[in-house]
Amino acid sequence: MSERKRVTIPIRVEPGTDLPAAERTAVLEAVNQNRALEGSLLPILHAIQDRLGWIPPRTLPLIAYELNLTRAEVHGVVTFYHYFRQHPPGKQVIYLCRAEACQAVGAVSLEAHAKRALGIDFHGTSGDGRYTLEPVYCLGNCASGPSLMIDRELYGRMTPERFDDLIAADAAGATSAAATSAGATRA
Amino acid sequence: MSATVYIPREATALSLGAQSVARALAEEAARRQDAVQIVRTGSRGLFWLEPMLEVATSAARVAYGPVQAADVAGLFEAGFLTGGKHRLNLGPVESIPYLKNQERLTCGRLGVIDPVNLDDYRAHGGYAGLTNALAMEPAAIVKAVTDSGLRGRGGAAFPTGIKWKTVHDAPGAKKYIVCNADEGDSGTFSDRLLMEGDPFCLIEGMTIAGLAVGATSGYVYLRCEYPHAQDTMTQAIATAYAAGYLGADVLGSGRAFELQLRMGAGAYICGEETSLLESLEGRRGQIRFKPPLPALKGLFGCPTVVNNVISFASVPIILERGAQFYKDYGMGRSRGSLPIQLAGNIARGGLVERAFGVTLRELLYDYGGGTRSGRPIRAVQVGGPLGAYWPESKFDTPVDYEAFAGGGGMLGHGGIVVFDDTVDMAAQARYAMEFCAIESCGKCTPCRIGSTRGVEVIDRLVAGDRTAMQQTLLRDLCDTMLNGSLCALGGLTPYPVLSALDYFPEDFSTPAALQAAKR
Repeated sequence: MSERKRVTIPIRVEPGTDLPAAERTAVLEAVNQNRALEGSLLPILHAIQDRLGWIPPRTLPLIAYELNLTRAEVHGVVTFYHYFRQHPPGKQVIYLCRAEACQAVGAVSLEAHAKRALGIDFHGTSGDGRYTLEPVYCLGNCASGPSLMIDRELYGRMTPERFDDLIAADAAGATSAAATSAGATRA
Repeated sequence: MSATVYIPREATALSLGAQSVARALAEEAARRQDAVQIVRTGSRGLFWLEPMLEVATSAARVAYGPVQAADVAGLFEAGFLTGGKHRLNLGPVESIPYLKNQERLTCGRLGVIDPVNLDDYRAHGGYAGLTNALAMEPAAIVKAVTDSGLRGRGGAAFPTGIKWKTVHDAPGAKKYIVCNADEGDSGTFSDRLLMEGDPFCLIEGMTIAGLAVGATSGYVYLRCEYPHAQDTMTQAIATAYAAGYLGADVLGSGRAFELQLRMGAGAYICGEETSLLESLEGRRGQIRFKPPLPALKGLFGCPTVVNNVISFASVPIILERGAQFYKDYGMGRSRGSLPIQLAGNIARGGLVERAFGVTLRELLYDYGGGTRSGRPIRAVQVGGPLGAYWPESKFDTPVDYEAFAGGGGMLGHGGIVVFDDTVDMAAQARYAMEFCAIESCGKCTPCRIGSTRGVEVIDRLVAGDRTAMQQTLLRDLCDTMLNGSLCALGGLTPYPVLSALDYFPEDFSTPAALQAAKR
């Protein structure tokens, strides 16, 4: 009778040890800074996305472990909210409003133009990795639409021509000069 | 000489170039060696005039707008620092008819004060309401709010005082105040304007609510699409803490009120109060069954007041001037004033705060000046994406919760989106269903599945595929959604769909449909 071979199943107590350092640090710091908050998961996810630009799915086990939640719970939350992204975005995310007030002043044709100009559909990232296009349902700029937002900068009364100018200015590296927001004070 | 110039730091003004104007102004003043103090304010909400700057003269604040950076040198040439003549001179700002003919009870400080300057806030009547409230019994505060007739400004119009009384009477060692600042309805921006232009007013209202119901902890749940409001609120909350208006011992009264700002993450449904509470607790924003009411079992199972930004912001003036003062405005059961938002295709879009009773027609034409495109108004949608589309025949309806409900619509949060005669109402109806499908939390079937089926049925209807049958099917589906959905998202999506179908049936009969009907 030959002995049955014993198979050891490695039980990993702490997940996330094999994460890229930047991701692991982002998660741990976000958790440590917000752990004491009531209902801390959303603030933690925001902190991670603010830092990495997205929430890599491979970080979910570590987030869950740190908060004593199941991975399913964290996955459920990340996927429920449109703002949290599970794919890395382009250098800039363009949030284009497609709600009614903007529709009333030409948002539908602006949307078609933007998709054509960037060569992508909503949620897509341009081939050069520069832009990600996202729909947004109201930026609260409803009397001065169509509106879009790039990096917390809001732009009103957008037209296809102004959209092209914006992209051209960005390509020329002049976005900071064209920036129009006091929000720029935010670090 | 030294002059003070006010320029908004508010999002719409920024979206139209206010930051470049401020920068050009500072540079030009430095070049001319003029002593100019630039104060960044909220916006008055006269958006067709933004970026609008104001100059303090001995008589009044004189407005100029819309100003672009290129106009700045000319303004200096014209002597604008002393109210000089210029083609952009709008005269004393308070005399602009759009603003003069308003009743700004809640939004009176917007565009006037530096939003994060506490002294400025107090100099304009700020914290007088809280001072009065601190000298009152909690039950007396609740009674004042009840007597004022204030109803929830988020859209549901539930009497605020009754909600507060329920929380006041509810047993519980821990209670919460939650501000719903998830202003997701298209065509609305009054919450944002208030938070960016007068954040202490919201903080004061929430603190009073805390005193009234015995809650020591509060949250503002703000949508992440509002980064400018986030900055202003963050600054204001920190300032209020530093000055002792928030914290363990509010103004030395021995009563605590802690306030935190929390950011949403792009889910429209989180504007529904139970879904918002789920989100605050760190979960998916799926709605809860009611009962239990949040007033009894709300955040973390504790009695919770959930009110909209404008509801809370209306409380300080009620405590300052008395319930009767507020109640004297309005009509019927709608008391006080409503900050109405003119949006979409409108010539003079912006914020119009009027006592209830003003008609839609006055708002659209006297204030709004018709469409921005110059074409006739064909339809308006009042109350956000779940509000009915109304034709011209309904424009004499007064702004009043009951009058709107009686006309088959809803006033909601007071946003009015205007469309000209190029609008395709079948496309709007389809969008309403599509939006519901995108934003449904998925908990109940009529909303989750019905919305997707709704898009398909409208597509077939417009394509002319057995139109009579599709119409019956669409109406039946809407009936199921209206009566079978758990919350207002699925329950009210039929409003825009059916109103479009009822008032604009011709848009659902494309050439293809007409052809099919002939066969």
